[in-house]
Amino acid sequence: MKLAFDIALRFLKSSKGQTILIVLGIAIGVSVQIFIGSLITGLQKSLVDKTVGSAPQITVAPQEDGDFILDPQAEIKTIKAANPEEITNLVAVTQGPAILKTPAESTTIILRGFDWGAAQGIYKIADRVVKGELGINENEVIIGKDLSKNLNVAIGDAIEMITPTGKTGEFLVTGFFDLQVKSLNESWILTNNGTAQTFLETGEGVSQIEMQVNDVFAADEVAMDVEKRLNDETLIVTNWKEENVALLSGLSGQTASSLMIQVFVLISVVLGIASVLAISVVQKSRQIGILKAMGMHNPKASLVFLFQGFLLGILGAFVGIALGIGLSWSFATFVTNPDGSSLVPFYIDWVFIGVSAGIAVIASTLAALIPAIRVSKLDPMEVIKNG
Amino acid sequence: MDNFVVEVKGVSKVYGKTIKTVALHELNLGFKTGSFNAIIGESGSGKSTLLNIIGTLDRPTKGEVIINGVSTRNMSKGRLADLRNETLGFVFQFHYLLPEFTALENVLMPYRVAHGKADKESQKRAREILNLVGLEKVENNLATNMSGGQQQRTAIARALMNKPKIILADEPTGNLDSQTTDSIYQLFRKINQELGTTFVIITHDRRVAEKADRIVEILDGRVSLDIIK
Repeated sequence: MKLAFDIALRFLKSSKGQTILIVLGIAIGVSVQIFIGSLITGLQKSLVDKTVGSAPQITVAPQEDGDFILDPQAEIKTIKAANPEEITNLVAVTQGPAILKTPAESTTIILRGFDWGAAQGIYKIADRVVKGELGINENEVIIGKDLSKNLNVAIGDAIEMITPTGKTGEFLVTGFFDLQVKSLNESWILTNNGTAQTFLETGEGVSQIEMQVNDVFAADEVAMDVEKRLNDETLIVTNWKEENVALLSGLSGQTASSLMIQVFVLISVVLGIASVLAISVVQKSRQIGILKAMGMHNPKASLVFLFQGFLLGILGAFVGIALGIGLSWSFATFVTNPDGSSLVPFYIDWVFIGVSAGIAVIASTLAALIPAIRVSKLDPMEVIKNG
Repeated sequence: MDNFVVEVKGVSKVYGKTIKTVALHELNLGFKTGSFNAIIGESGSGKSTLLNIIGTLDRPTKGEVIINGVSTRNMSKGRLADLRNETLGFVFQFHYLLPEFTALENVLMPYRVAHGKADKESQKRAREILNLVGLEKVENNLATNMSGGQQQRTAIARALMNKPKIILADEPTGNLDSQTTDSIYQLFRKINQELGTTFVIITHDRRVAEKADRIVEILDGRVSLDIIK
């Protein structure tokens, strides 16, 4: 083993140009893998984060429209117990449609009430208030900035709302929010839980319980845990994945195409190594021939070439990791949105990089298998006869 | 008979399948332990074929080779490799040194083929042999940074490393000038006398052959002359 390794090392050192070329070949392959992989993963992460990062990922609501969850605190406890590690940011929401009336016009809105503190987890509502402040007291509300523009409402104005049952109420606008989704900015009115419960006449009940999970892609599994734990047929559990099938299929399409690119890069790397090492067998046939004449066994002679493949793979992987990270970093740093933020955030997944490097090393070693077999068949007589 | 360190019995070698070329005709030949033998003959006479068969690098079409009293006929490739490593030393017309390694490392190579790592003792021995062939000053030179004579001496030192019983040399001085040739043969003689190593040397040079204990001439695959002094 030691001798085969030493000879492999010397062979690589003695033909430096060839070694550098092949290491560069592997390195570029690995770096493209890491770059594309990181790019796609980063893209998907930011896409998912933008889509569901500030939205409930699992929602528990009554089966029947218009029903309420009567003891939300007890249900929250049960839900949390279903999967304490994954479930976070639980919040009870009281919501219902209403008609907002101003002297000039009226529009349908959704009034949503929740405990501001609990809602901070999902909606980061305190950060979304662009003007004014949260309505803490009874009958205080905040409205979307687009709605405020549409209806020409200012902070400190009173607005009138009517429920479907005909109840009316007057509310004080204390702030504007921007959820970065126009439709929500035009249709949501947010308030504290007490105000919503009183106005919508839900008593102690709430309309739904919303939550997020640590691993967004496990939302469906966690939702199942929650459903089992609740074991209540009057409640329905939904998760973001079933509501975003198109997005998910887009993401998996992306993953598949990046995988395809990576596989073809890998194949070209393997072919490159195999062909260079095959040439190297011819170049080194004298040495191999004399080593065999001296008594080196065939498997050991093959091992010399397997070690070469292995060493090239390791060297190439290291250089490739550096190149790949550099490439990803440059892309994140220099390819930016008009506002200066990265188009795709810099994202490093060490596990993915480790796997890519590992595959490169294994593939390089396997690529050396063909030349290694040729070496084992090399007859020292051929070399000695032909000089 | 008992004294033969290597013996060929009824060895024939035929090349080609459709058009057969007979290189050796049922040869019977034995070399005594510690003897110094020269094989002469014209090119194409079959002498190199004979040497390669003795060296187990080539297999005879018929007959057998007995080394150290053991027939090599049914040995596996691995067993033959071990036999070559332990018992035989080769010197060819071309030195076949590994250009990636230094003189000392090349000399150590047969030891490392057998044992993997070169221990202190083996390194000491390699240095002694390099000393014996007069190369102590260039032991750390790469094989490519030596003169033709030095390269061939290194190849001889390498052949001696595992204390082989037999050295098989195929025109070892074919590429060297006459002065270097002389010194190489003196070296062979010295090793033969000091270590008792058996030598079988193919040579074109009658002058060289005349210094041997025994001259075997091969003609058309047969022994045409066998002089024992």
